[in-house]
Amino acid sequence: MTDEMKILILFAHPAFHKSIINRALLDAVRGLENVTINELYENYPDFFIDVEKEKKLLQEHDVIVWHHPFYWYSAPAIIKEWMDLVLQHGFAYGRNGFALQGKWAMSAVSTGGRQEVYTATGANHFSVNQFLAPFNQSATLCRMRYLPPFVTHGAHTITQAEIERQAAHYRELITGLRDGKYTEKDFENIEYSNHLTLTNA
Amino acid sequence: MHNQDFFLQALIYLGATVVSVPLAKKLGLGSVLGYLLAGILIGPFVLGLVGKEAGEVMHFAEFGVVLMLFIIGLELEPSLLWKMRRSIFGLGGLQVLITAIVITFVALAFKFQINRALAIGLIFALSSTAIVLQTLSEKGLMRNIAGKSAFSVLLFQDMAVIPILALLPLIATLGQPATLSESTLSKIGGMAQLPGWIQLLIIIGAIAAVVFIGRFMARYVFRLIAETGLHEVFVALALLMVIGIALGMDKLGLSPALGTFIAGVVLADSEYRHELETTIDPFKGLLLGLFFISVGAGINFNLLIQNPGMIFFFVLLLIVIKFIVLLILGRIFRLRKGFDFLFAFLLAQSSEFSFVLISFSKQNQLFDEKTSSMLLMIVTLSMAVSPLLLIFNDKAVTPIMARRYNKPEYDEMDEPENPVILAGFGRFGLVIGRMLLANNIKVTILDNNPTNVEVLRRYGFKLYFGDVTRPQMLEKAGIQKARMLILSMAEHDDALKVAKYVREKYPHVKILARAKDIFHTFEFYKLNVRSVQREMFDSANEMGATALTELGFSRYEAYRTARTFKHHENQITDELYEHWLEDHNRFIEETRRFSEQVSETLQAEKDYLIHESECAWDVDTLKEEALQKQQNTPSENDT
Repeated sequence: MTDEMKILILFAHPAFHKSIINRALLDAVRGLENVTINELYENYPDFFIDVEKEKKLLQEHDVIVWHHPFYWYSAPAIIKEWMDLVLQHGFAYGRNGFALQGKWAMSAVSTGGRQEVYTATGANHFSVNQFLAPFNQSATLCRMRYLPPFVTHGAHTITQAEIERQAAHYRELITGLRDGKYTEKDFENIEYSNHLTLTNA
Repeated sequence: MHNQDFFLQALIYLGATVVSVPLAKKLGLGSVLGYLLAGILIGPFVLGLVGKEAGEVMHFAEFGVVLMLFIIGLELEPSLLWKMRRSIFGLGGLQVLITAIVITFVALAFKFQINRALAIGLIFALSSTAIVLQTLSEKGLMRNIAGKSAFSVLLFQDMAVIPILALLPLIATLGQPATLSESTLSKIGGMAQLPGWIQLLIIIGAIAAVVFIGRFMARYVFRLIAETGLHEVFVALALLMVIGIALGMDKLGLSPALGTFIAGVVLADSEYRHELETTIDPFKGLLLGLFFISVGAGINFNLLIQNPGMIFFFVLLLIVIKFIVLLILGRIFRLRKGFDFLFAFLLAQSSEFSFVLISFSKQNQLFDEKTSSMLLMIVTLSMAVSPLLLIFNDKAVTPIMARRYNKPEYDEMDEPENPVILAGFGRFGLVIGRMLLANNIKVTILDNNPTNVEVLRRYGFKLYFGDVTRPQMLEKAGIQKARMLILSMAEHDDALKVAKYVREKYPHVKILARAKDIFHTFEFYKLNVRSVQREMFDSANEMGATALTELGFSRYEAYRTARTFKHHENQITDELYEHWLEDHNRFIEETRRFSEQVSETLQAEKDYLIHESECAWDVDTLKEEALQKQQNTPSENDT
């Protein structure tokens, strides 16, 4: 076991009151020690992001998780706004931007479609990982290691039992990351981070 | 009058004013009482600095009433006046009529002859325009329902002075076989000899002349003078017009006050209204003060010492009669819940016109020397007591009324378990209330303005009349089971009081508060009420953004700038609060409050940059770096 890591979950759901899956996922990791949940829509209902506060939060954590539903194959708008404003040149990237160097980054997304439709022959033509390329490359530009995403598919048809199972996996993954259970090697050659917990389950 | 005499007099009057009035205000007695005390102080009985000429001064100072009515006229547009016709003629007319009749009968009971009794009735039916209006504006009651009603009555009384003046000589001959002597007739202003229809024509003609002058000529002349840019000429013109109208009316035997009032109304919608108002206002203030002082100086304490019991008895009797008539009429005219009492206390004194009417009656041999000085004494004392009556109303009657009317009358609460209590449903609360109701949130709304309550009930709002500062009222509104109390009322001190009480007694209730300014915000913070909204900040901030947009900022840029400014303001507020906590005992006078706030804010602002921080979308450092890279490795193709 390596050192403990601090996890920052940047959560964005503009209609959280209607959310079932993401509420269950978030509740599963809420209140965990060394896990900070930053609900962006709740904190910045008018998109007026407190950049200095966000930068400080980033510096205080080791793993950054963008947790949101998949909207138009990407994130809800506030995540983009957050990236535009917080990932500053000279702070997160650029010749003098080393603040995030060596941290881990990850996406935790939920999609309406099943995994089958996110294939070259499926209706969406591309895989979730392909759609997440901007996050991947942004993390890389910021000198972070981008981990495979934690994905919940079939949000519209998922059963309560499946939701609970999925929430438990999420909790397991997050606590595992926090407790330094995983090394970079564990994330190699897996499509989703779900696999780490699924194999253990 | 020699120059020196004049200046000496001015010195005495002004000195007395400067000493007494602020003192009286500090003691919570109001300026009128201050002036009266100043008058008593310099009068023959105490310091003896002024003597017989006080009467003359009073006569001169009555012009202050004329100026006051002119200014009031300026604030009343004709349409507004038309709306008040019911209360002017109904309430005012009945008040004069009934009071005069009752007092006449009382006077008869005291063995006055019928004609004298009638004269006394008419004289005492009037109330003091000067005192009441001064009090109303000082206490901010001009827009209060009781204040408006009182004003209507005074307006009617001012008009009634004219026929009363005409009637007195006729009354004097009642029961006397002798016909009117020429000298009597000539004294009533030269109009009474004429046939009735001509009198009427003259009155109509005079009013028409005033309207014509105000409507067509005055504007033209004012513009001419204003264009010269000489302010003092404008002042002279304004005074000239008012004095001219007053003199003209006086010559015709009409009320100068009424004449200038009409002139004021006619000019109310002219573009020179504010300029006129500010020009005349200081003259009005000084003259009215002078008037009150001369009333005080005119109190004949020797007479008082000779018959103290009798005089006080009559003063009391007069006030009681007037009060009861006013109270009953007030109720008939739908003044309720303490407003009837305020209305009655406001008008329970006798009028400055009574001085004129009494001396006029004396000239007409209605009263002998002794009776008239007695009557003058009663008038004076009733005026002097008047501010005390209002203090009594504030301190003793209002609390009782508030308690009484918190007992359900029509304000039985049928849904006391609403989660939200909204206290104050004026301009501020209305917005909140509408938004909550539109989202199906049940709100119990409390407001202390009965007219508001009735109007809004008609639109289906569940609204209750009540004073939230009464704990019982809150309890009846269901504070025990409420989740939230929104203090949207404009009475800032009351809001604090309620917040404090609810914090202690019902700590589970979330409090949202409207604050006046930054210091008021701090008071709430101190009670651990953190959801405070400064009533002006956000709309001003929005307008600032609009200004930036109009000045060429893109709309989003202006929006961001305003948001940044607000964010920064919140930070500063928190910071200043810490300072404030450290030495909030420091005495901040109300007048210094604002400048204090500005200077503290600006000082704190120096430590911040209120511009968009370097997190913007287009960053200079990025460009620089890209350019340098290009120079170093021109062949490399960078993103």
